[in-house]
Amino acid sequence: MMGDALIKTVDLKKFFRVKGGILHAVDGINLEIPKGKTLGVVGESGCGKSTLGRTIIRLLDATSGSVFFDGQDVMQAKGKEMEEMRRQMQIIFQDPFSCLNPRMPVYKLIAEPLEIHRVYRHSADLSKRVIQLMDTVGLARRFLNSYPHEMDGGRRQRVGIARALALNPQFIVCDEPVSALDVSVQAQILNLLMDLQSAMGLTYMFITHDLLVVRHIADEIAVMYLGQCIERAPAKQLFREPLHPYTKALLSAIPIPDLGQRRKPVMLHGEVSDPIDPKPGCRFARRCSQCTEKCTQQDYPLREVSPGHFVACQRYQ
Amino acid sequence: MSNNREENKMQKEVHIPEMESLDEINLDEIPKMTRGSQLKAVWKRFCRNRLAVVGLVIFSIILLTAIFAGVFVPYEKALEQNIAIRNQTSSAEHWLGTDNYGRDIFFRIIHGARYSLLTGMGAVAVGIICGGILGALAGFRGGLLDTIIMRCTDTLLCIPFMLLVLALVAALGTSLTNVLIALMLAMLPTYARVIRSAVLTVVDADYIEASRSCGAKIWRIIFKHVIPNAVGPIIVQATMTVGTMIIWAAGISFLGMGIQPPTPEWGAMLSEGKNFITTTPHLVLYPGLAIAITAFSLNLMGDGLRDALDPRLKD
Repeated sequence: MMGDALIKTVDLKKFFRVKGGILHAVDGINLEIPKGKTLGVVGESGCGKSTLGRTIIRLLDATSGSVFFDGQDVMQAKGKEMEEMRRQMQIIFQDPFSCLNPRMPVYKLIAEPLEIHRVYRHSADLSKRVIQLMDTVGLARRFLNSYPHEMDGGRRQRVGIARALALNPQFIVCDEPVSALDVSVQAQILNLLMDLQSAMGLTYMFITHDLLVVRHIADEIAVMYLGQCIERAPAKQLFREPLHPYTKALLSAIPIPDLGQRRKPVMLHGEVSDPIDPKPGCRFARRCSQCTEKCTQQDYPLREVSPGHFVACQRYQ
Repeated sequence: MSNNREENKMQKEVHIPEMESLDEINLDEIPKMTRGSQLKAVWKRFCRNRLAVVGLVIFSIILLTAIFAGVFVPYEKALEQNIAIRNQTSSAEHWLGTDNYGRDIFFRIIHGARYSLLTGMGAVAVGIICGGILGALAGFRGGLLDTIIMRCTDTLLCIPFMLLVLALVAALGTSLTNVLIALMLAMLPTYARVIRSAVLTVVDADYIEASRSCGAKIWRIIFKHVIPNAVGPIIVQATMTVGTMIIWAAGISFLGMGIQPPTPEWGAMLSEGKNFITTTPHLVLYPGLAIAITAFSLNLMGDGLRDALDPRLKD
């Protein structure tokens, strides 16, 4: 793999107790994100992408398994250690409308992480740092005293990014940061994120359901289906040669902006099976066109079929 | 030691490539920050609401009257009986007339403000604090604690309000403090419920999670995020119930279990006067008006305060 892994999860599981059983939101995820790279996580709604992101930065406590940040176990960290780790790992939320306290002006919002960790002793330094962050994320200084409801989605998301950057983290979980924005603004925010990455050497975990976005920004892509990672490969490789039937179906759904070229998308039938107390075997089997009897008999873990390309499907075992 | 760490952090902060260094930023060139002037902004928004200001002025007058009642009129004057001038209407000597014992109603209302405001506001304040703690705990923690607290409040809510207050006063004995305690206990479940639901609407909000992801401690989340966002319905509930509390206290006095005569309390004055309502209606009119104006001014103020605290309703 490329470089050292900054983030590493080992058999990470997050279950929720719900009516009628246990919901397997994240079910045994193993992944590594090298320093300075971007891992794109794609999958349909409800497949556990966001839960995975939140569990990695310990907004949720894992049911089992562990997460290592730079070799340190995040789940075991306590007190001061955890405080230090919170500085290193941040999250950008999907909805810039709801992730900012409506009763705080921009200045207070951006200053909050700095105040929590008491980074500056003098309020003048704090103010300067807030201004610096606003400049960094391309937010005009005149918005300093604005409230979130007075700004548009793109500017609000810039506030969210400034908050995430305030403590100089190494790792940022981007939880669908552009899916609530207009397409024109999406591009601005994506470019901003990429510029920040190259300027500060940030490591991203980029959660999205937008395949074109992930192709643009990610170095490596993990495809999730019902809490499991079913395929993982470098971005180019995945788009060139998807192996898992689900990935193939997913990629064929990308529209081609060319009238002359027509392609028949792989149509999936049936519904996503229930994530509550799932049966053993491939979770995708019920919708898979190449499903055989073997698929439902046992679990198939990720297997490396070519360098850096992992897939969990019995046809490649 | 802590200084060292502080400095390390500082050094880390400035080593960001391609960024203007902190020293190059001139704070004078940029708009003034709202740092510390949040209260000023709230005050400005409050003043823009004319009715709220009217409410504030009226309430301030009543409050000052209550505090300095003894300066205007000696307490003995409010108790002085004179059968010769009983049940008189307004005159130059007795502005609001006299009651059945010939006591000056205006003086009694001035001194009564003390007892009425004390029972009304005291019961609400203590009820909100205790109900707030219980409701916030229930909403914030959820689970078993929530169930226990809410079932207890449900049980209390099942008992008719007046019955509960009477039972408590009967058990504790008649005194102003006991009336206060009884009213507070009777209001507690309502406040706990209102505050719990206000907290519930806020507690799952993304910005709370965002704050947690920065490492915010629970007290910071409660004071900076939960309370400011949940305070609207609580303020309305509080200001609406002060008037109710005054009337309930009056009811208890009326039944002979609250403030004892000859103490000039508005509610007690109402119940004393009700026997003469057909012949001399001013006996109930003026104390009734006093209660109504107090409650009204508080409502106006509460409405204005709720709006002023919400920056979204700025203009």
